Amino acid sequence: MDLRDTPEEAAFRAELRAWIESNLSDEIRRGRFEEAGRDWSRKLHEAGYAGLTWPKEYGGASAPYSHQAIFLEEMARAEAPPHVGVIGLGMAGPTIIAHGTNPQKQKHLEKILSTEEIWCQGFSEPDAGSDLSAVRTTARQEGDHFIVDGQKVWSSFAHIADWCILVTRSEPDSERHAGLTYMLVDMHAPGVDVRPLRQITGEAEFNEIFFTNVNVPVENVVGEIGGGWQVAMTTLLHERGTLGFALTAGLESQIRKLIALAKDKAATEVQRDAIAREWIGLQAVRYTNYRSLTTLMKTGIPGPEGSGAKLWWSEANQRVTKLALELLGPEAQLLGANGNRQPGYWQHQQLRSRGNTIEAGTSEILRNIIAERVLGLPRSR
Amino acid sequence: MEFAFTQEQAELRREARSFLESNADAPLADLRELGWLGVSVPEERGGGGLSFVDEAILFEEAGRALYSGPFLTTAILLPALPHVDDNAWSVELDGLVPHLGEVDRVLREDMTAVAAEGETLDTVDETRPLGRLSAGEHGGAQDDFEPVRLRLLAALAVEAVGVAQKALELGVEYVSAREQFGKKIGTYQAVSHPLADTYVETELARSLAYWAAWCVAEDDEQAPVAVASAKSFCAETAVAACERSIQVHGGIGFTWEHVLHRYYKRAQWIDAFGGHAAVQRQVVAAHLLD
Repeated sequence: MDLRDTPEEAAFRAELRAWIESNLSDEIRRGRFEEAGRDWSRKLHEAGYAGLTWPKEYGGASAPYSHQAIFLEEMARAEAPPHVGVIGLGMAGPTIIAHGTNPQKQKHLEKILSTEEIWCQGFSEPDAGSDLSAVRTTARQEGDHFIVDGQKVWSSFAHIADWCILVTRSEPDSERHAGLTYMLVDMHAPGVDVRPLRQITGEAEFNEIFFTNVNVPVENVVGEIGGGWQVAMTTLLHERGTLGFALTAGLESQIRKLIALAKDKAATEVQRDAIAREWIGLQAVRYTNYRSLTTLMKTGIPGPEGSGAKLWWSEANQRVTKLALELLGPEAQLLGANGNRQPGYWQHQQLRSRGNTIEAGTSEILRNIIAERVLGLPRSR
Repeated sequence: MEFAFTQEQAELRREARSFLESNADAPLADLRELGWLGVSVPEERGGGGLSFVDEAILFEEAGRALYSGPFLTTAILLPALPHVDDNAWSVELDGLVPHLGEVDRVLREDMTAVAAEGETLDTVDETRPLGRLSAGEHGGAQDDFEPVRLRLLAALAVEAVGVAQKALELGVEYVSAREQFGKKIGTYQAVSHPLADTYVETELARSLAYWAAWCVAEDDEQAPVAVASAKSFCAETAVAACERSIQVHGGIGFTWEHVLHRYYKRAQWIDAFGGHAAVQRQVVAAHLLD
């Protein structure tokens, strides 16, 4: 057990910190996510920081997972915007690497890294949220292509995406996990219609995607026709597997801002206690991620202790943002409240945090997973 | 960065678990025989020459087994002595001395060591009674006492993880077997979800406890805040773990004959001794905000 960076990790961290220092401008930090984010993501790619853990043969750095963890920590510390290609880098890319054909790899992987292709995820549907096996979007094979019809929801980045990882039902009378097919769909194809979905924050970060007679070549299927469930599980494993560090880094940045606000506002004893509690929780998740990471680096599989990271983070982020509003006092309803260093920042964060316990696995589903798969309790369904 | 136990540490844990399972009330001398006293003291001072992290594994297992002797208080004190001795030790904090009637010597906050003479008080946790020394007031806390206090609170945090883990396992075992309305009660989410929360909190607590133990072992500058963080979180986790486990056990969990109330009382003892969770958080808040 050694909780310090190894000399090699320390060197990587120092080099990265210096690179961020000289490349992250205020325009990028404050700019609109879509445009400024793309520039920033391109810079990250040119410097070799996109796809750190991807194998070298696919344009990655074949770096250990610890580098990815350090990368996320340093990005959060510098308040850098995230890479716009998160779905491509974290979900579509690793799934194509694991299950894709050689032509699929050649066609997409380099473009995912360079942000030439932005990806979105077409999993959830109006009647298939937590229960992915209930998907009804159909894919009907006609010779060398499929005809896709249906509707997806809660799709981040769909309004700027070039490609979509889509789960469809390809066998008409199949049920549940059987008869699903996983495919790569060109978002610019005729019949694809993206409609922004306005959230309680007022912005439209997510979208609905309507597919009407969309033509998808058979060569875009990932894995076996009818074997989409397993491929989708790979995607979700990657979504949840690499999530811990990104979430912790985000929470650390929130708590740093909260502490600054509390200093401005002369927090009460009760608020001081609550802030200490959240900071302690943050250290707990951070070191739990390190434990899980050590297991991942030794065995290739993250340790079970990491399974609570998203659950804890989502509820902590809700408490932290509410605490910030409380510190703003009666002015908390004013977007330009005194002490709000960016107008509307905490108000937006607090409303947005309500989605945290719903997206990427609701808290109820995550508790079921822990109860059944980690604790071995009898299944509830 | 490597946050994992070595093969040797895993072996030490296995040995400790297997011994303590059937010897939760063994005399301290038996533990001395096993080489468990002075584990983190350098060899030239009569110790085991290992790290406080190794010693922490023993504290966790002692908590899990609810070991009743003055092991923790003796072990955290030995590094403060010029040489490991054969006494059973305790330490006085806030005027209270754990295991007063079972030890030979007591270290006070002014760094004087006195004979363990005084009155043993009725204590909720019968396996860890508290007493008061008959010696008068001590001469005021010395700086040298701080490392002792940090080892003590870090050891209690680790012990709390052992308590929480055992309470969780008892709960899981019970709800996996008990049937009502024709179903194992563990299938009901109102029963399984609190246990899932205990699992998450126990793993978080374990990370904090060993972070604190590592900081103590390395004499890291973060040690005071890491120890305060771990003591507060781990104690609260152990208390909540026992409360949830009692709840999912239903009536049987509320009886004297079931072992759970003993874990519950130990968890509350740990929370109270050296300052409850909210007191520890004041240390953290001052570090962050002042």
